Amino acid sequence: MTSALSTEAPTAPPAPAGTAVLARLEAEAIHIIREVVAEFDRPAMLFSGGKDSVVMLHLAIKAFAPGPVPFPVVHIDTGHNFPEVLEFRDRTVERHGLRLVIGSVQQLIDAGALQERADGTRNPLQTVPLLNTIAEHRFDALFGGARRDEDRARAKERILSLRDEFGQWDPRNQRPELWNLYNGRHRPGQHVRAFPISNWTELDIWRYIALEDIALPSLYYAHEREVFHRDSMVRAVGPHSLPAEDEPVERLWVRYRTVGDMSCTGAVRSLATTNDLVLNEVASATVTERGATRADDRLSEAAMEDRKKDGYF
Amino acid sequence: MTQTPTPGTLLRLATAGSVDDGKSTLVGRLLHDAHAILSDQLAAVTRSSAERGFGAAPAGSDAGDDPDAGPALDLALLTDGLRDEREQGITIDVAYRYFATDRRSFVLADCPGHVQYTRNTVTGASTADAVVLLVDVRHGVVEQTRRHLAVATLLRVEHVIVAVNKIDAVDYREEAFRAAERDILQVARELRGPGRNGSPDGPEPIVVPVSALHGDNVVTTSARTPWYTPQAQGASAYSGQALLPILEQLPDADALARRAEPLRLPVQSVIRAHDGYRGYAGQIAAGTLRAGDRVRIQPGNQLTEVTALERTRLQAQHAADTSTAATSTAGTSGPEPEVAAAGESLTIRLAGDHDVARGSVLTDPQRPAVELDEVTLQVAWLHQRPAVAGSRVLFKHGTATIKALVTEVSDRLDLTTLRSGPADQLQLNDIGTVTLRLASVLPVDDYAVSKRTGAGLLIDPADGNTLAAAMIQLPDPQDADATAPDSDEDWLNS
Repeated sequence: MTSALSTEAPTAPPAPAGTAVLARLEAEAIHIIREVVAEFDRPAMLFSGGKDSVVMLHLAIKAFAPGPVPFPVVHIDTGHNFPEVLEFRDRTVERHGLRLVIGSVQQLIDAGALQERADGTRNPLQTVPLLNTIAEHRFDALFGGARRDEDRARAKERILSLRDEFGQWDPRNQRPELWNLYNGRHRPGQHVRAFPISNWTELDIWRYIALEDIALPSLYYAHEREVFHRDSMVRAVGPHSLPAEDEPVERLWVRYRTVGDMSCTGAVRSLATTNDLVLNEVASATVTERGATRADDRLSEAAMEDRKKDGYF
Repeated sequence: MTQTPTPGTLLRLATAGSVDDGKSTLVGRLLHDAHAILSDQLAAVTRSSAERGFGAAPAGSDAGDDPDAGPALDLALLTDGLRDEREQGITIDVAYRYFATDRRSFVLADCPGHVQYTRNTVTGASTADAVVLLVDVRHGVVEQTRRHLAVATLLRVEHVIVAVNKIDAVDYREEAFRAAERDILQVARELRGPGRNGSPDGPEPIVVPVSALHGDNVVTTSARTPWYTPQAQGASAYSGQALLPILEQLPDADALARRAEPLRLPVQSVIRAHDGYRGYAGQIAAGTLRAGDRVRIQPGNQLTEVTALERTRLQAQHAADTSTAATSTAGTSGPEPEVAAAGESLTIRLAGDHDVARGSVLTDPQRPAVELDEVTLQVAWLHQRPAVAGSRVLFKHGTATIKALVTEVSDRLDLTTLRSGPADQLQLNDIGTVTLRLASVLPVDDYAVSKRTGAGLLIDPADGNTLAAAMIQLPDPQDADATAPDSDEDWLNS
């Protein structure tokens, strides 16, 4: 990640046309992050190493530069994460001197507190360790990198979203959210999820990554890897993602549009090895990122809504 | 390889309408025809549409009048995201949608129509540069139309567009459209009133005949409404154009206006770092700022100097782009990339040691904010708990939240007569005027002059719920002059 605020004249090459949109989104996100930190006692930021959370953390560093980021980052580790992503997470935390809090799905499964699902998907299992981590550390505000263009249920979420004592989201009873005045009042036991990049699209995220030269896990760029096909998705061969006998393995050039669990995230065929090439690919995509690559969102038409009501990200 | 589109500005839209006037269908149509729907979303909607009887023989009453075939898709399913919404065929909460054309990027807040969800319409309108209201041509102006026009007027949304929908259901007849248009313009005129300086507050609505179901005048001008032309009698500058091209052309008036206002920078937080570093972080609410400027720290009358602006690379780049563009059109002095303007989030440093904290506002010393401990507010009441004199509330304004007491509820807007009448209570969804006594002085502006520093929230101190959207109304300086000799203030001081 590059340095955040600078008092010197910009030395980078001029931004391409269209800085108006990104400048407005960046200013809005920084404003939201500063508001939440000012109004809450114990904020924290979800950080998975995925591109959206990487952009959100980059914005947080800018918001408080030259001071330190005034909150810890939280990762809910499913135990099925891509090793490249975990390595990237640790490197980022180290480089910026952040405090990392990990909630573990595997630990809960080992302790018998969580049951593995029949389909092996662990994304829905993250809700319990997430709520446990919030309670244990008494976090009262949790930043998330969710974007409203990702999913129909997310399209309905406020920037500051109140969760009850059980972490539940009640979409029928959300507070009105007016102008840029975010009402974070809450009662003991309740907490707030804050989504500073709500209004960014997948394309905005990639434009910003290219413009700011933000480092991402290598999975986001085209690479050759052993894969098999399942549920009309391309799946990596790995310790938590093994092909069945009737699923032949081949080597393909692929990249990931989203990075979740190895057990539910699919790759897309791609030769895009640089930010600019990815940008072109995203701009001409004909399938949404979740539709292309997330088995967990194919469970039903309201899969995300159901998970969110239970306290998911 | 396709070229990455390079969008121009970002326009924030809100849509509103009453139940069954086809708003979700219009939004779905906009997204679909602007190619913002990707194939997996379309496949999901096609599946659900078939389950709901679309795509068969002429389906539903809307399709019955269709000269061509029954529509294959229930486009409303693209936007109605919650399970209850799809099952009940209604929209419950604001859904945000994103699409871009070659000319502009859009954030669309799709607001529900039913009266019980008016608070969501207020939510959507508060951040909108433009609202698109839907009216069913067969019903014309109904109570929800008045309510939504009232909300748009009250919140001073820059552009109001009324899409007169279901024009296919009246065989594309001009008289039906003109009748609806006449009523809409009449209501809008009455709501805007005579204005403060003789000219009505806000622009006149742009009225467009559309069929969301069939796409007439949504993305392209329809051959089935040949009478909808630029030459039409008394036509607006946009007459004859389809909805999307109008949205692409609307001037970004708000951004330019905010730049010209006097400086307002509410301080969000103080940033401390190495070697006794102190910076003040915030987002400029109005005006412009550069290193060397004198600013006033409000509340209070201390003056200081801005010693440095610390900006992100992108904000500085954008400021340079904007000032270059402004210079080339205005033909004035050279570009000023060192100038930060309204909308920018930044950190600044100040000369000397001052008491500046969250809640402080840095202002233009020549044109400072007014410091008041009593304010008159126009409010949209958004909660079941009614507004009554004696209520204790919190007033959130900029980065300050202070205790306040409702001392008076003075009037309420009657949506049938469009007149304000005396009232001593405001109920959920009411629009009216209240007076607040504040626990300490706040630097404020009139909402009509400066949206960002004229807006506030009323919050229930017990449960934290948002009670109302509040717009500060300062006494009109002209009125004040006219009545000065026998004002209460003089009488009190005499």
